[in-house]
Amino acid sequence: MNLSPQNWLRMQHYPHFLRKVLRQLGNKSQSRSSSTHKDGNPHICIVGSGPAGFYTAQQLLKGHPSLRVDIFERLPVPFGLVRYGVAPDHPEVKNVINTFTQTANNDRCSFLGNVQVGKDITVTELLKIYSAVVLAYGAAADKLLGIPGENLPNILPARTFVGWYNGLPEDKDLKVNLDTETAVIVGHGNVALDVARILLTPVDILAKTDISDYALEALRKSSLKRVVLVGRRGPLQVAFTIKELREMIKLPECRPVFHKEDFKDLEKIFPDLPRPRKRLTELMHKTCFGPTADDVKLWNEAKKEWELKFRLTPMEVLSSAGQLTGLRCAVNKLEGSNFENQKAVSTDEHIDLPCGLIFRSIGYRSLQIDPAIPFDKKQGVIPNEKGRVTGVPGLYCSGWVGRGPVGVILSTMTDGFDVGKVILKDLAEDHIPNLGRPGFQGAMKILEERGVKMVSFSDWKKIDEHEVQMGEKFGKPREKIADVQNMIKILTHEK
Amino acid sequence: MSRVSTLRVLIPKFALNFARYESTTVQFTSKKVVTCCVNRKFSSTSPKLKKETVTVYFVDFQGNKQTAKAKVGDSLLDVVVENEIDIDGFGACEGTLACSTCHLIFKKKDFDKLPEKPTDEELDMLDLAYGLKETSRLGCQIIVTKDMDGLEVEIPGGVADAREPS
Repeated sequence: MNLSPQNWLRMQHYPHFLRKVLRQLGNKSQSRSSSTHKDGNPHICIVGSGPAGFYTAQQLLKGHPSLRVDIFERLPVPFGLVRYGVAPDHPEVKNVINTFTQTANNDRCSFLGNVQVGKDITVTELLKIYSAVVLAYGAAADKLLGIPGENLPNILPARTFVGWYNGLPEDKDLKVNLDTETAVIVGHGNVALDVARILLTPVDILAKTDISDYALEALRKSSLKRVVLVGRRGPLQVAFTIKELREMIKLPECRPVFHKEDFKDLEKIFPDLPRPRKRLTELMHKTCFGPTADDVKLWNEAKKEWELKFRLTPMEVLSSAGQLTGLRCAVNKLEGSNFENQKAVSTDEHIDLPCGLIFRSIGYRSLQIDPAIPFDKKQGVIPNEKGRVTGVPGLYCSGWVGRGPVGVILSTMTDGFDVGKVILKDLAEDHIPNLGRPGFQGAMKILEERGVKMVSFSDWKKIDEHEVQMGEKFGKPREKIADVQNMIKILTHEK
Repeated sequence: MSRVSTLRVLIPKFALNFARYESTTVQFTSKKVVTCCVNRKFSSTSPKLKKETVTVYFVDFQGNKQTAKAKVGDSLLDVVVENEIDIDGFGACEGTLACSTCHLIFKKKDFDKLPEKPTDEELDMLDLAYGLKETSRLGCQIIVTKDMDGLEVEIPGGVADAREPS
């Protein structure tokens, strides 16, 4: 059998062709392998079923004819931040789920949901069972502002708020009080814009998305009129991208409030900017100085608004009788000539922003889920080189957990493919054991002994079907089950 | 069974989802997206019409040239999928202008002849593409016409997305 790339491709999509090749290879490896080997195939374990996990799996399965991949997931349901991070009004981004499903449906891929690595099974155990272990569990924590008053009620991590409106089990009980006119979001990234957009989008539009029912009810009763986005640096350093900005500018029944002094004279440096930064800055500049007559008309009629504020660093949360009343910020000046590396330096001046709700959206960080994983606590990432975890042969990392929590799904896709290729190379060069690991059977044995209720991919399909059915009743694409016990219950009923 | 039909199993579901979201999404996408999806939807359900085809070539960064039969009226994303041209991660968002993975680079003369100029939304996505050139377009937005016979397009060296750190 000719093992050309074309044939790999055919094998992925022709099950009978795949079986034929596997049979042939199986015969070959049987004759090659010694009696101590359980079977002739490398078994790879991936921890985390978000984009990093699935794209790494896709590359591994494509690049090797008989390798097996098991994807472990803490929750009973797959897809990580595609399900729980992507905003409900961005369904088109979730189309990647179709490719992930195709990967999971591959005969050589298994999904083991509801298994918490580090608790139900350790990384050390996994390293003994599998040829290689890939940590792809993302960044589950967020960065703190580190200012007085940060622990008051209604100061929330944007991340938790995102989890809340997306039905993430651990965030479903978040206490958020929307009975206030102004919210401040600290951060100028896409997560900050997502939160602002969900807070300000007319509820009837959100009602047709897969937003969680409790979040929709809370937003229906919201008194919010104004969302202020605060950043440390200036308009040339915003981290959000143009698609998300354009969406905000066109948000129905809502007006952008940009301040002319922030954008004046910027047009002089447009020619020097790289295209993405140039178009992004031009759009802000145009919104400020040259909106169309139609835009102006719509904005004048709008009842809600969002405001971009620059060169401010939060100093202190203001409160009265334990109630949040505002955010005190130091006024910054920018130092350095190159706009990309300009630094914000606080001056003696400060301003107070009155508000009843604050979100911090200044970045995520990863957690060390098992003491056997080397971890850089300062950076919040696993130290690695091209995905090879430093000091632990056979251990790899992919996506945010190794690279840091930046970029969207597609930067994680590239990383997943790259790490997949690194593992295939290490396998081909015998740096990791190709053969003789029990893989799936070994993991099942341990998990069954410990009474872990595993959820398979076909189980997920039942949950998926149930959610879609529930959603249909309300004219939504799905109604997510936000409670792990209820997910499991559906499966026990089915059985 | 072929790869195409395997993929098509997914397409009606996607088309259904899209139709469902279409009215709900805030203010997204150009008309072209809808056209492209409608085509896809019907391509799996309606009887096969004999469509006119032209030949287009996809050249990767190593200079390997792959030949594809392209149906007039399909998008270049459809052409890649139907011809089983193997490009890692190509068309991740399935032609909904939510990513830049179907990024293709045209020759200047071909680029200038393309009947429709890119929309702001397409340019927004292209801004995030890896190896962006003056003559870059998204394959999902280019509809094959009769006079594209013999067209040669370049697949950039990596299908990546270059959003800035937040």
